Amino acid sequence: MKVVSASLRAFALALAFAAGSAAAQEKVLKFIPQADLRILDPITTTAYITRNHGYMVYDTLFAADAKFQVQPQMVDKWELSRDKLTYTFTLRDGLKFHDGQPVRSADCIASIERWGKRDSLGQRLAQSTESWTAVNDKTFKLKLKKPFPLTLDALGKLSSNVPFIMPERIARTDAFQNVTEAIGSGPFKFVKEEWVPGSKVVYAKNSDYVPRKEAPSWAAGGKIAKVDRVEWIYIPDSATAAAALNAGEADWWEQLPPDLIPLLRKNKDVRVENIDPIGSLGLMRFNFLQPPFNNQKLREALLYVVNQKDYVMGIAGSEANGHPCYSFYTCGTPLASEIGAGPLKGKRDFDKAKQLIQASGYKGEKIVIISATDQPIVHAQSLITAELLRKLGLNVELQAGDWGTLITRRTSKEPVDKGGWSIFHTWFVGPDMLSPANMPMVNLGEKSWFGWPSDPKIEELRQAWFNTTDAASGKKVADAVQLAAFRFLPYITTAQFIIPTAYRSNLSGVIVAPVTFLWNVDKK
Amino acid sequence: MIVYILRRLGATLIVMAVVALFVFSLLFLTPGDPAAVIAGDVATTDDIQRIREKLGLNEPFLVQFGNWVGRLLHGDLGTSIFTNLPVTKLIGQRVQPTVSLTLLTLVFAVLIAVPVGVLAAAKAGTWTDRLVMGFSVLAFSVPVFVLAYLLIGLFSIRLEWLPVQGYRPLSDGVWPWLSHLILPSIALGTVYMAFIARITRAAMLDVLAQDYIRTANAKGLSPRAVLTGHALKNAGVPIITVIGIGIALLISGAIVTETVFAIPGIGRLTVDAILRRDYPIIQGVILLFSGVYVLINLLVDLSYRLFDPRIRY
Repeated sequence: MKVVSASLRAFALALAFAAGSAAAQEKVLKFIPQADLRILDPITTTAYITRNHGYMVYDTLFAADAKFQVQPQMVDKWELSRDKLTYTFTLRDGLKFHDGQPVRSADCIASIERWGKRDSLGQRLAQSTESWTAVNDKTFKLKLKKPFPLTLDALGKLSSNVPFIMPERIARTDAFQNVTEAIGSGPFKFVKEEWVPGSKVVYAKNSDYVPRKEAPSWAAGGKIAKVDRVEWIYIPDSATAAAALNAGEADWWEQLPPDLIPLLRKNKDVRVENIDPIGSLGLMRFNFLQPPFNNQKLREALLYVVNQKDYVMGIAGSEANGHPCYSFYTCGTPLASEIGAGPLKGKRDFDKAKQLIQASGYKGEKIVIISATDQPIVHAQSLITAELLRKLGLNVELQAGDWGTLITRRTSKEPVDKGGWSIFHTWFVGPDMLSPANMPMVNLGEKSWFGWPSDPKIEELRQAWFNTTDAASGKKVADAVQLAAFRFLPYITTAQFIIPTAYRSNLSGVIVAPVTFLWNVDKK
Repeated sequence: MIVYILRRLGATLIVMAVVALFVFSLLFLTPGDPAAVIAGDVATTDDIQRIREKLGLNEPFLVQFGNWVGRLLHGDLGTSIFTNLPVTKLIGQRVQPTVSLTLLTLVFAVLIAVPVGVLAAAKAGTWTDRLVMGFSVLAFSVPVFVLAYLLIGLFSIRLEWLPVQGYRPLSDGVWPWLSHLILPSIALGTVYMAFIARITRAAMLDVLAQDYIRTANAKGLSPRAVLTGHALKNAGVPIITVIGIGIALLISGAIVTETVFAIPGIGRLTVDAILRRDYPIIQGVILLFSGVYVLINLLVDLSYRLFDPRIRY
């Protein structure tokens, strides 16, 4: 058997050698991404896989670092006028798009304007903007109608939608229509002719890229591509992905399910790590337009029985990969606190919950939880919630389909017997839940995120938060938003968890950050 | 014969037109909205509505169907809603892996199953026959994905003989191509092999009981000549029918196999498109599959003449 094995390997090696030594010398990073890249446009979609693709190909004017500070990235220097109404930005020297054209002020303005039509923080900036003006090809001005203290935070937004800079001719595309080219000025070039949707995405090192001199820190600092080529190999089956990593056919598996961690830990050539310093948050969202969760008392009842530890175990499989988070903001980040969290954090109290249910006047209306079995994090939460509601004696029905069905059905504002819903679960990465700007916190009724909550008090406080000018006052208002949110309950946070990553031990320079970045990564 | 073929091809067009209408109607009624998938988790209802308008998904059924048929008549299957790539290009990228997998599986299964089935029939009632039948039952009972994982565990992880996953085109060389297809073909072909072996045995047993076989034996022909020259040829019609039907099984089985072995074939393209409601791809692939099925049936029917000269068209 060993002789046959050795012969076959020698034969394969000889054939591989014959295939050409040039290819063998190229450093190729084979990366199994969290999902299949389907959409190239990081502005039309908020999908994290497209955001990650964006970070490969594009660059940003500013970027967030590990201290939650916004640092210049494509921008060399910037100034703010005394009246805080005019920003002047100057681009770094040598910035070029992958088609060889220089990055100009007009490109930046068109890109930011398009992003401002889709992103929630970008829309806020756009509302405060009077004009963007190109002074010359490298310098441009932003004139505001009123001071917008979060301007740089918006331009350095870490997660979806990220204000990536594209060539003007592409950025002029309607913001609700996908761009079909992926030409940026980032550290890697997208090789479109080798793209096989559902299987492979190829990036080549951008040798024209001029990195910053600072050390890399999250999305900020020097983005040095240390491999010649990156191949994203999409492997839908997790057992196969684990086998591919174990066998050395892949170098890095971005997100692994908890049940495969022990298997991979046995391999001394594979490192299983938590490289996301803040993790992600699960949440339970109610439908505010239909009974019974249009009743505040019923929502409050759940606050007394939701046990975040159950959700942590359901999602992450182990307390090592998650913990409760009794805050509307990602725990471990500057605005997080437990103000108002008493009912969620205290002893689980079914009697109190039942009293609240009785006080709500609940008459046995059917509660429909919609779930997606192809999304383990969503489905685990749904199963736990369904069981919890049954324990409370509520009339609950879990309706599980696929993610495509869930995200369509949650747009329905109809009663449950006409295709509507009562509760759905989802999750967001920590950077999407840092502040009152997060989408599930929007309380503008029909203009809100699915569920359509409407609470003027929360909206008033959110508006006040956008206008705060320093960290201390920002924190104070954020606390007030959280207090109001724990009273009104636009959603309930279910858990904070980390999805581990695994990579071969011959990789070095992996950046610890809430988003997976592939620059600075070397392969021996 | 030519008239028969032309008539069948004419019928194929009618079948495909019915399939087209059926598929389009079904997708129109199926819950799911590609605009919601495109927009992502943080979008609002208004965002999704704007994307629907841009994609033309708000148009009435007849308008959308008319547009699609119009493009179809010009040989255009449309463009993927998500990737913005032409459906013909996406299918083109996936044809080689699926055809390679299907053909290799077919060759592997038929080359083993037919001789084994013949052998079992020739040795009916013996341990050889029982062994073959026992293996067939086992092969029927093991799901494709279980067998796939077992093969990966043994040949890829433990012995390191063959790759775990992926596909390499034939242009990369015969061995890279073959090495990525051996395990998937075995995983996919085992059920098929058991199926053909059982049918071959049954058909052979039926033929071996005929008077002309007794006559051939009485004439002093060797057992091998009787089996291959007389019995197998006469048992060919049901066997070839089953092989033809089995190709349909192979295509559906290929979806699972392609997923487990991460082969970028048409099966996975279909599943991915269904999950994200990429209507143009689903419509294009189902039309392609229906056309392939009809043509395979035609070829099977025509091949009957090779085995039975009494059949006339």
